[in-house]
Amino acid sequence: MPVAVQKILTYLLVFASGGLLCMLAQLLIVRTKLTPARILVIFLCAGILLEAVGVFKYMLQYAKAGVSVPILGFGAALAKGAIEGAKTLGFMGAFAGGLTATAMGIGVAVCASFVVTLIFSPRTK
Amino acid sequence: MSEQTEQVEQRNKRYNKYVNAVTPKSSIFKSLIKSFWVGGVTCLFAQGIFELYQWAFPSLDTTTISAYMLCTIIVLAVILTGAGVFDKLGRYAGAGAFLPITGFANAMASSAMEFKTEGLILGSQTKFFSVVGPVLVNGVVWSALAGLIHYVISLF
Repeated sequence: MPVAVQKILTYLLVFASGGLLCMLAQLLIVRTKLTPARILVIFLCAGILLEAVGVFKYMLQYAKAGVSVPILGFGAALAKGAIEGAKTLGFMGAFAGGLTATAMGIGVAVCASFVVTLIFSPRTK
Repeated sequence: MSEQTEQVEQRNKRYNKYVNAVTPKSSIFKSLIKSFWVGGVTCLFAQGIFELYQWAFPSLDTTTISAYMLCTIIVLAVILTGAGVFDKLGRYAGAGAFLPITGFANAMASSAMEFKTEGLILGSQTKFFSVVGPVLVNGVVWSALAGLIHYVISLF
């Protein structure tokens, strides 16, 4: 398969998988009246479970950002870190690994939110 | 007492019927499409940034590049939240806006900004995790459990 076709296929897969996950979440909102916070937690736990049983790395291989950008990927990164931590540090590593693996994202999110809060004021809706 | 609960139950049933009757049906399909394409485009954009970084920093491994890519879209989402653009996107796309990690960043920034008028420390900064708190708590607890289970399995 030529490289260009392969690239386009990858992008299509990224778009479709990211879109389908969001559509599934939207369907849960309109059909079950679950609040967004609950749906986030459900998808997060699904990501943790998928990583823990070893399925997520195959999803990541094909759908790339399509599964790593939705909150599913955050859960998978936490679980991956915790499992690696347990492998390298033993028992206590399971508690540290998840946060270590996701520390950069959380740190950047907190710092960026801090700066933006200083600069911008809430606007009336 | 039981009569009263029955009344309440009947009232709830009537109310739910009413809610179902007034909820527009056609908008469900539209909202699904909206969340599909916004979520898809967010992931596609992230993939583009990922490949740009891969090209720009060929010496870094995939995990690091992936982390840089996530940080980039998180910062973008927080800035868009500050500028008031992300709220509009959220109203338009629903889950398409909040399910990606950009929604996580938006939830943190918007709840921090919302309480700015009540002071920076006791107002805004105590609210940083008021929306994303459940995600972090559940994430830490269940991922730690996953790590512990793998640890126990590795003992045998």
